[in-house]
Amino acid sequence: MPYIDVDKNLPGIRSLMAFRPETAKPLSDLAEALLRDNTGLSRAERELIATYVSYLNDCFYCHNSHGELAVCYLDGNRELVDAVRKDYRNADISEKLKALLQIAGKVQQGGKSVLPENIENAKRHQATDRDIHDTVLIAAAFCMFNRYVDGLASTAPKDMSSYPLRAKQVAENGYGPHIYSTAQPQASSEEIHA
Amino acid sequence: MAYIDLRNELPGIRGPMVYRPETGKVLNELAEILLHDENNTLSRGERELIGTYVSSENDCFFCQNVHGAMAQHYMKSDMQFIDRIKKDFQATPISAKLKSLLAIAGSVQKGGKQVTPEQIEYAKSLGATDREIHDTVLIAAAFCMFNRYVDGLNTWAPQDRQIYVDRAPMRAAEGYSQAGLVK
Repeated sequence: MPYIDVDKNLPGIRSLMAFRPETAKPLSDLAEALLRDNTGLSRAERELIATYVSYLNDCFYCHNSHGELAVCYLDGNRELVDAVRKDYRNADISEKLKALLQIAGKVQQGGKSVLPENIENAKRHQATDRDIHDTVLIAAAFCMFNRYVDGLASTAPKDMSSYPLRAKQVAENGYGPHIYSTAQPQASSEEIHA
Repeated sequence: MAYIDLRNELPGIRGPMVYRPETGKVLNELAEILLHDENNTLSRGERELIGTYVSSENDCFFCQNVHGAMAQHYMKSDMQFIDRIKKDFQATPISAKLKSLLAIAGSVQKGGKQVTPEQIEYAKSLGATDREIHDTVLIAAAFCMFNRYVDGLNTWAPQDRQIYVDRAPMRAAEGYSQAGLVK
């Protein structure tokens, strides 16, 4: 059960955003700027970085929500998203994305864990400065989102079939105010603690 | 030296904020609402102290000095007092309620799931409201982002701590909305 009195019809970060719309605005704007941008890194690559960091942070709601967004952008290739979560080094993705996921994993541990050789490796595989910047900030932002979601013990839908439906809505409409004003589609009324 | 060419010489988070203004603007808006907005029952000093403590736990020199200086300014204290809070807040004469919120912030720094129902109940027993608990968790979480952004890109920071103290009154007067993007 959430630690504070939030709308029980909304799960995860969406219940927290509805509780405090003033902070929801910059949070959703940040997600929009980082995850919906298509310059350098694709939307799928950005959501994969977010999914991987959320998985490392053991945030059930975030790694499933963003994992489904990645599946959506990858035309339904759920196997690839699972492979990135569990062992990206052996996943069928570019060397550049592997180098960026390594940096994201370091950021998850702490800012100072990122080493010059991690950056050099990414640059060697054609990552631009902007790609590296966005990777670091996406990883850092999910260290915030994950802590926000789990630190207030928000709930996560246990009906896994609701995540792809929800992902489709975000893929089509972006991270605007609808994310904290509409209910999870066909979500079960039963919820589990993330 | 920063790991990427930021095309400016600004210190700390201001470098990457100017490099990528689309995200810089939003990060400033978040800081403004969480730390500077007057519509909050936690004082500006208390909110800056939460940011300072988390930044200290994350060993982020730039952030703990910027926000430590802000807390010092609002609380009309000195650097030694802020340093004592960072080192062992339980042994300082701050309120029991603020101590209970700093304990929650310290758990958030380690990971979202480290926050316990007992910590929340204790803070509520000392008068903390749901909104104060919400803001404490989000401030702590946000600094887990800011700190990683600053150190993950290896930005530079002035080493003279007095520089941060001298800048604090200006930042307190102006707020964060335009912070770092121009000056």
